[in-house]
Amino acid sequence: MEFFLQLLVNGVCIGLLYGISAMGFVMIFKASSVLNFAHGELLALGAFFFLSLVTWGKIPVAAAFLLTLIGCFVLGVLIEKFFLRPLIGEKLIFVIMLTVGLAAMFKGLILLVWGGNLHTYPEFLPASLEFHLGSIYIAPVYSATLVISVVFLVLFGLFFKKSSQGIFMRSVADNQKAALSLGVHVRRVFALSWAIAAMVACMSGIVLGIINGVNVHDLSAIGLKVFPVVILGGLDSIGGAIIGGIIIGLLETFTGGYLSPSLRDVVPYIVLVFILMVKPYGLFGLVEIERV
Amino acid sequence: MKKPSFHPCGNFRETYAEELAIFDTWFGRVSLIVFLLLLFCLAPLMLDRYLLYILNSIGIMAIAAIGLNILIGYTGQISLGHGAFFGVGAYAGAILATRLNLPFFVCIPAAGLITAMVGMIFGIPSGRLKGLYLTIATLAGQFIIEYVLIQWESLTKGTMGITLPEPQVLGVNISGDKAFFFLIFACLVCMTWFAVNIMRSKYGRAFVAIRDNDRAAEGMGIPIFRYKLLSFAISSFYAGFAGSLWAYYMVSITTEPFNLALSVEFIAMVIIGGMGNIPGAIFGATFITVLNELLRFATGALMNVGWIAGLGLNMAPLREFVFGLAIVLFILLEPKGLAELWRIVRSSFRLWPFSY
Repeated sequence: MEFFLQLLVNGVCIGLLYGISAMGFVMIFKASSVLNFAHGELLALGAFFFLSLVTWGKIPVAAAFLLTLIGCFVLGVLIEKFFLRPLIGEKLIFVIMLTVGLAAMFKGLILLVWGGNLHTYPEFLPASLEFHLGSIYIAPVYSATLVISVVFLVLFGLFFKKSSQGIFMRSVADNQKAALSLGVHVRRVFALSWAIAAMVACMSGIVLGIINGVNVHDLSAIGLKVFPVVILGGLDSIGGAIIGGIIIGLLETFTGGYLSPSLRDVVPYIVLVFILMVKPYGLFGLVEIERV
Repeated sequence: MKKPSFHPCGNFRETYAEELAIFDTWFGRVSLIVFLLLLFCLAPLMLDRYLLYILNSIGIMAIAAIGLNILIGYTGQISLGHGAFFGVGAYAGAILATRLNLPFFVCIPAAGLITAMVGMIFGIPSGRLKGLYLTIATLAGQFIIEYVLIQWESLTKGTMGITLPEPQVLGVNISGDKAFFFLIFACLVCMTWFAVNIMRSKYGRAFVAIRDNDRAAEGMGIPIFRYKLLSFAISSFYAGFAGSLWAYYMVSITTEPFNLALSVEFIAMVIIGGMGNIPGAIFGATFITVLNELLRFATGALMNVGWIAGLGLNMAPLREFVFGLAIVLFILLEPKGLAELWRIVRSSFRLWPFSY
């Protein structure tokens, strides 16, 4: 029973991580219908940028965090401006392969600059976030993750429901032409959504880095793990990403704990195929209706 | 009988047969034959072992890329699992050759057929899904196949790998790059011929109709699910065929190379070569293989340059960066790929003094 509970808690913790890693991915898809295969590399870029500021630049953590966010905002705008804007209206495969190419470029750059080794952040989370529930232990990072994901969920919920920019984004995602004709600045919306998504990605990269250490290969693998998560939750639902993440996290830890550790990494993809066959738009995704 | 002409300066086709003809002119057919003769006669004599090895890799990759081009370029179904299918073919060939001791010329088509079957299984989601959802389903297929190849140890020997016997054709043992050169390029010519011809048949036209608009194609009476599965089957047949050739050529195989990166490389070949263009797939395979070798050479050379070695930078990741850059630049600047560049070069010759 204790084993079960510990697995449950671990699963939820890992799932929350997947969830917040997936949020940036969903943001991009929601606003521009781009399937971003470079997401893992974006996570890694944020994490490494923060790492260099904190360890090499000796900048205080809060300032470094802010600088990283600003850097990623700019990066997002640049990616959109130089790489994805020329592809608006192009075939799906070009958009997908462009992000794949970007992923290879970023990965090469990161390996060139920081190398493929595991780096760790200095300790900076307060120990008061630690929890002991009976024999079950929750590390401070995981409670921090929980807080961060809830905060972001609420913020994004409000952003998409209340703010004008958020409503513009939703309108562009729904129908680009209609949004254009109603005076929405579509290009700015795309740039903004990439900027915000890059910010979210870098923040999740930092959180992942605190927990597992910073390593390009691990982080880009998480970028692929995002796919089962977002498909389960629905490609355009941010809340769905969190719930999908938790379900996938639970599934992984329980398979790892009870069945076999080697099955652990594949089980999300097996489930992914079944979800796609049964309910392609996920639990909370919007069903697309198509006409000839 | 076509009139012997160099190039027509306009579209003078009058019948459907002329429209469907592979070679517009007598000149095109002759130049291809001459090129093939030169390739088969001169290449093994002129090139050293390393260059022959590159040429052979190009040939094998080109077969697989043609298969993927049928799926992506003609049928419009994006598959991220081609590398895994290539691996299935390699393992099918290796297992048939070592366990059942089947002869070489049975093994290779049989491996292709087995892979075609696997490909059809992973193509089943295409009945319900399309576009990016199908892409994600094939991504899952890639991971699942990789897992099976590693974990099904009783069959694939897991990470140990399998060593293959030397292939025999008509009682002659084939070994060494030169013998393989003839084998591989003969296969490539046959497979290209088959692909070009299937694309001008009823099946090829159905594929193109599905690519352009699958609902409309269904409305016109094309059973799209059956044709999508067929397309998956043909494309994975090519992958399996190439994979088993590769297994024979490499002599021993492990599960390592058949990962997502290989699938991405195949798609890069299709895009850089030119989607929906069979010779394009060969151009793309040539480009990517040569690029890989050049980059390997360049990074090795850079490591020995004094000041770079002094910086302590590891130059190996530069390969990955340049590979990504090549994909991105082709998509942004010439999305129709090398085949289109080739066409532009040819037509500028044809239109020479008056380019418009």
